[in-house]
Amino acid sequence: MADTNYDVIIIGSGPGGYVTAIRAAQLGLKTAIVEREHLGGICLNWGCIPTKALLRSAEIMDHANHAKSFGLTLEGTMKADVKDVVARSRGVSARLNGGVGFLMKKNKIDVIWGEAKLKKPGEIVVGKPSKPAVEPQHPVPKGVKGEGTYTAKHIIVATGARPRALPGIEPDGKLIWTYFEAMKPSKMPKSLVVMGSGAIGIEFASFYRSMGVDVTVVELMKNVMPVEDEEISKFARKVLEKRGLKILTEAKVTKVDKASDSITAHVETKDGKTTQIKADNLISAVGVQGNIENLGLEELGVKTDRGCIVIDGYGKTNVPGIYAIGDVAGPPMLAHKAEHEGVICIEKIAGVEGVHPMDHRKIPGCTYCNPQVASVGLSEAKAKEQGRDIRVGRYQFNANGKAIALGEDNGMIKVIFDKKTGELLGAHMVGAEVTELIQGFVVAMNLETTEEELMHTIFPHPTLSEMMKESVLDAYGRVLNA
Amino acid sequence: MPINITMPALSPTMEEGNLAKWLVKEGDTVSAGDVIAEIETDKATMEVEAVDEGKLGKIVVPEGTEGVKVNALIAVLLEDGEDASAIDSSGGSAPAAAPAEAKSDAAPATDAGAKDVIPVGAEAATDPMPAPKGADGKRIFSSPLARRLAKLNGLDLGQISGSGPHGRIVKKDIEAAMEKGTGKAAPAAAAPSPAAAAPSAAAPRGPSADQVLKLYEEGSYELVPHDGMRKTIAKRLTESKQTIPHFYVSVDCELDALLALRAQLNASASKDKDGNPAYKLSVNDMTIKALALALRDVPDANVSWTDDNMVKHKHADVGVAVAIPGGLITPIIRRAEEKPLSVVSNEMKDLGKRAKDRKLKPEEYQGGTTAVSNMGMMGVKNFSAVVNPPHATILAVGAGEKRPVVKDGELAVATVMSVTLSTDHRCVDGALGAELLAAFKGYIENPMSMLV
Repeated sequence: MADTNYDVIIIGSGPGGYVTAIRAAQLGLKTAIVEREHLGGICLNWGCIPTKALLRSAEIMDHANHAKSFGLTLEGTMKADVKDVVARSRGVSARLNGGVGFLMKKNKIDVIWGEAKLKKPGEIVVGKPSKPAVEPQHPVPKGVKGEGTYTAKHIIVATGARPRALPGIEPDGKLIWTYFEAMKPSKMPKSLVVMGSGAIGIEFASFYRSMGVDVTVVELMKNVMPVEDEEISKFARKVLEKRGLKILTEAKVTKVDKASDSITAHVETKDGKTTQIKADNLISAVGVQGNIENLGLEELGVKTDRGCIVIDGYGKTNVPGIYAIGDVAGPPMLAHKAEHEGVICIEKIAGVEGVHPMDHRKIPGCTYCNPQVASVGLSEAKAKEQGRDIRVGRYQFNANGKAIALGEDNGMIKVIFDKKTGELLGAHMVGAEVTELIQGFVVAMNLETTEEELMHTIFPHPTLSEMMKESVLDAYGRVLNA
Repeated sequence: MPINITMPALSPTMEEGNLAKWLVKEGDTVSAGDVIAEIETDKATMEVEAVDEGKLGKIVVPEGTEGVKVNALIAVLLEDGEDASAIDSSGGSAPAAAPAEAKSDAAPATDAGAKDVIPVGAEAATDPMPAPKGADGKRIFSSPLARRLAKLNGLDLGQISGSGPHGRIVKKDIEAAMEKGTGKAAPAAAAPSPAAAAPSAAAPRGPSADQVLKLYEEGSYELVPHDGMRKTIAKRLTESKQTIPHFYVSVDCELDALLALRAQLNASASKDKDGNPAYKLSVNDMTIKALALALRDVPDANVSWTDDNMVKHKHADVGVAVAIPGGLITPIIRRAEEKPLSVVSNEMKDLGKRAKDRKLKPEEYQGGTTAVSNMGMMGVKNFSAVVNPPHATILAVGAGEKRPVVKDGELAVATVMSVTLSTDHRCVDGALGAELLAAFKGYIENPMSMLV
């Protein structure tokens, strides 16, 4: 029996779950992790990572299409081989999936294979999955534990989220896709409607556009990537449209007619007019929802709200001994938020000193469309909404030496400071490599620097990062190269 | 080879001192043993003697310089036949890693390092964003935003505890302090008042010099720079009042028996050939003795506080506050509980005299387990003294005066002295303080018991 008793059991091995498990093991806790489908969860298998692999193919395609402007001539035609592009993406995913298995072994974390259900606080039963695994499934790792009853003083629910479906426009896996299908097309569609322009929708739209597909994005809100700063959204939209993407905002897909090999989306725009868009496929990217079902949460009285488990700042639910982290515990549904939430949760359980609850204002967000978008903190509108007196600095890529040399001179960086205290309230970026740049401002915010320290910081030349400093200088009327 | 004269250490713990005065000037010839300078530390002035002979080639540190690091080069002595040009070639104007040449009672322990003579503060001046320092001179870790918020809101970082990594003060802590209304830089920061301006050498800062001076018409005052003693008094007492929870116990003692015994003892003192008595006891001497014996009887009150332990002293070393021009100093009668009154009395006379000349050695005023502050001779009826750490107690003694008292239900006249014991409540609780004071009163009112 001793083999089935743990200090902590984590349900779900996504980036939140497996990182939490490693941290638990580091803290000397006897740890097990339950997974029903893919080690690494959505992120490694059907999300963050494989889409980055696809987008890399798209990026190389874009570069190749512009080879001439770099003085390079490409003989013959550049052609995407869908099967190989997808195969590469799956290969990248497989490699990381295996990596998680290795990490579990290395940290002496037991992997229990199956679907977990909470029986009572401190006890779960692992049985057969209630839904079939998304294909293709990576092989089940060796040496996993099987179905049965397991006990642990602390149980952390990290079951993640899944695509949300709109009634009447339910994904069918053939014509109406979710990210699962969009990630492994067997053939390249000629045309595509993407419903929703959040990170997932816009990334697929960008990918397929680079692959030469005729893409229409339909967004309910006023701007694409509606959580981003409006100025950045508008900037990105312009660039995306220049790349041939069709974007309809304040528009709604009301109905989808399916033919044998195409769909017709009925799109209602703000003015009340309905247009019909015919396309090979439709990607439903209207958000994700927490996986709270079949876990026994209701029976145990674990509080949920709008499809997510309610937690305190340290991942505790209202039921002692049951915790939740990551997507299932609420937005923003991002891998890095899940990881951090998991670490906070397990460190609090282990009694590590100085654990602070998550500061939601400092969670960065990255979108890997072309152009990339990245941000942290308050948007200009949000800052004003909070009644802040602010200073805003901006800097454009077209004045940065490195950006011009790269042939990537279309983008901008925007920073928002509190006028009185010099607190960096937010940073917003659009353009090449900004997803790698944002971290500089995230560190700055986390260390609570003011404009002064940023101005005292030396940024290497020539880099895109110089634009970060220039944007800070601009906020204080001291911009140099503009 | 020119000989370097360096700043001597007057005590093993001394790190810096003030070069109060040069008694020789450049070009003077000095012999070994000549007093060449006076060094002032927190409480003592010390003479520096030359150990070699030669001509004073160069005074590196001018008199009046404060905060001269121990072992820093202060002057260069030229040997026979050398002239001032030898100084540069020997690096005389620059610090040299020579052993301390100047004589000092406690030999300097560390080597002279080049950075020791870099003017104090030079290092800090090169840092564009200096980190704030606490009262103990240690760096206070805080985020830049926290520092700015503290500044904008007039908060003292030294009074705010940090919740960030390793106690770093972050925005949240400042906001919490503002909400609770704690951490204010100084009570008078908003409206500087002369009363609050006086004694603050250390953090938390009171109003700035400018803020104070602005309140007075120019020319209506004279500025006297603080000497080492004044700074030490300000620092120590501010620290005491801020860190020690003071608690006070008062009692009246009848002195008639003590005065009678004192007269009797003084009358019976033997005289030397010049007619000077072997001792002349004062009430103060007897007060010292009584307190020492009381501490012997109530050993739990003979303690010092440290964060980790209670330091229980085995002897009563009684410091006695001596007012001297420009301040005060507290020489110590060691093991006072063991010493006859005559010894206590004579030691006190010697210490008192040398204290007034500022000639006490550090070991004569450092340490101690308690203190007496007597203002009776100035007609003060009663007052409360500030505990002088590491002591846990201090006895404030008022004047012995004739007062009406009730004896056996009748009104009578007695000589009465009020005393107030201040205690560090962290280690001497109220009842314990009362017990100590009762024992003290017992000795004062039954003074014969001090003799056995």
